[in-house]
Amino acid sequence: MDIFLQQVINGLVLGSVYALVALGYTMVYGILELINFAHGEITMVGAMVSLAVVSALAGSGVDMPGVMIVLTGVLTAIPVCMGLGYSIERVAYRPLRHAPRLAPLITAIGISIVLQNAAMLIWGRQYIPFPPVLQITRYDIGGATITNLQIAIIVLSACAMIGLVFLVNKTRLGRAMRATAQSPQVAGLMGVNINSIISATFVIGSGLAAIAGVMVSAYYGLAHYYMGFMLGLKAFSAAVLGGIGNLTGAMLGGLLLGVIESLGAGYIGDLTGGFLGSHYQDVFAFFVLILVLVFRPSGLLGERVVDRA
Amino acid sequence: MKQIRPLIIALGCALALGCGKKEEAAKTEAAPGAGGAAAGAEELVKIGSVAPLTGPQASLGKDNENGAQLAFDEANAQGIMLGGKKAKFEIISEDDQADPRTGTVVAQKLVDSKVKGVIGHLNSGTTIPASKIYADNNIPQISPSATAIPYTAQGYKTAFRVMTNDEQQGAVLGNYAATALGAKKIAIIDDRSAYGQGLADQVATAAKAAGADVVAREYTSDKATDFTAILTSIKSKKPDLIFFGGMFPQGAPMVKQMKGLGLKAKFLGGDGVQTADFLSIAGTDGEGVIASSPGVPVSSMPGGQDFVTKYTAKYGEIQLYAPYAYDAAWAMINAMKAANSSDPAVYMPELAKVNFTGVTGQISFDAKGDVQGGAVTMYQVKDGKWQVLETVKK
Repeated sequence: MDIFLQQVINGLVLGSVYALVALGYTMVYGILELINFAHGEITMVGAMVSLAVVSALAGSGVDMPGVMIVLTGVLTAIPVCMGLGYSIERVAYRPLRHAPRLAPLITAIGISIVLQNAAMLIWGRQYIPFPPVLQITRYDIGGATITNLQIAIIVLSACAMIGLVFLVNKTRLGRAMRATAQSPQVAGLMGVNINSIISATFVIGSGLAAIAGVMVSAYYGLAHYYMGFMLGLKAFSAAVLGGIGNLTGAMLGGLLLGVIESLGAGYIGDLTGGFLGSHYQDVFAFFVLILVLVFRPSGLLGERVVDRA
Repeated sequence: MKQIRPLIIALGCALALGCGKKEEAAKTEAAPGAGGAAAGAEELVKIGSVAPLTGPQASLGKDNENGAQLAFDEANAQGIMLGGKKAKFEIISEDDQADPRTGTVVAQKLVDSKVKGVIGHLNSGTTIPASKIYADNNIPQISPSATAIPYTAQGYKTAFRVMTNDEQQGAVLGNYAATALGAKKIAIIDDRSAYGQGLADQVATAAKAAGADVVAREYTSDKATDFTAILTSIKSKKPDLIFFGGMFPQGAPMVKQMKGLGLKAKFLGGDGVQTADFLSIAGTDGEGVIASSPGVPVSSMPGGQDFVTKYTAKYGEIQLYAPYAYDAAWAMINAMKAANSSDPAVYMPELAKVNFTGVTGQISFDAKGDVQGGAVTMYQVKDGKWQVLETVKK
């Protein structure tokens, strides 16, 4: 039982990060019906920028507690990523807003490659270690262990997600976003500034991606210019699993994918008597994704969207 | 996502082609000038160098290229005469992205640009499929770092390596775990690459032969960063020791996650783990980790000190295999010198007979093309450094 609990905790930590990144995909899709493939790379940039700041601070020997150093890193990464998200939308997507849907998809892939290579040129090809500024403490819960860093990841993601749900459902900006998602033309006629709403969506999504990036690099202890690719892929799958375009769906999808992966990797070997090993972990996760999509093509919480007239 | 891969590959190819053209253009520009200086008595000898220069293992790839470059620069400075002409070695560097398919594409490209020999590839997974292409075209290939057994077991006359192979290394590691480290219950993880899998299988066999029990066999990939699930599953089997067959980008986070999960088993790795990057990523969690490296440590290599000075002056810190790439390059140069020709058909028999003291040790090949007398050195992390435990011969 303690093993099962441990696997669920492992999954929740992984899932929280997926969920945070998935929100960025789902928000943009909800409003523009565009899959922003560069989103994973924004996460990577967030990790890289924060790491640069943290390394500089830790190396300069300033007398700051580790948490404050990391926080400074996060607070630098967020505006950088927000700016990046804004610029990407402005340069690569806005001019193509009325182009066929495939065109912005291609520029998205292009931007993703540009960002990867830019990061490779700036920060180099090697793995960059995260300085050991955070004191790791372990806690035992019913035989399973959880570290303070893992708790922080779960709590921080939860806070960010709750904040986002509040923003979308309770504020003026949120209402404008929902209106734009339903029908950009009509929202525009009602006085909503579509361009600034879309920009805001990218900015918020990128801010969340920055947080996720910092978490990943602090948790795994490294960052690399290629790290955004797989993370983006998994988060995108999570968004689809939950129902792309649906915020709660993205969170649920992220957490589910994390837990499924974890349980899959942990038990698949024992369940099949060693016939399928833990290298089938991704197969297992994506098999669940396919299964869900077969029975609910719009994802777990996705609504059946009637074609716009 | 399915659409992205071919696109990236296509783009990669386009880029590679673009670079190739540029190189050629540069060559035609340089040729008249060089010809004028040496009065036409110079022979351009093109040598291919292949390693992943992009992607997760890019730092290791660049290291190999630098090692080979250093050797050929020295050879150029020495002014080696081949068939009455001064040889001018030029490296054509290719990026195989550690991907077997890309590996064969760039191998074919090197064949087409008529290289006289190849130093590479870095990974066993790319070296093996590419070796067929070189063999079909009779181009000698020396891998500085591929350790998988099948590479030299295919019967190709063109395949050589200067690195101790997995059979030698795995046997030493498995035996070491069970005897010197006294492990009774061993869990084995590999990254499913040709290298990781081959090494892990050899370790499992040797450990069982030495009386230990393999209680868990888990797998990951060479792009994964999260291992908590498999480590948790391993924890329930209570092993004394975990062996990981794979590279440091997985090994270091794995060690950190072991600490996070309160898993107290010893951690043993192969040469993919025994790197400087492992130390910086794993930090204090890396203390006590034991890993092997084929061959002898740079510090006790016959030409180690000298090499470190030369290399760091030019390229900075040595990552891992640069001394081997350097020796591989010199094996090729020495064979050409002995044959007095850069023609692969002429110097290949000399390559099989080569016998010289390289940076890493005595370099001579057995009938299969493996380096003879493969030694393995065990290291342990103490105070944030790899400290030599002992050198073990098979």
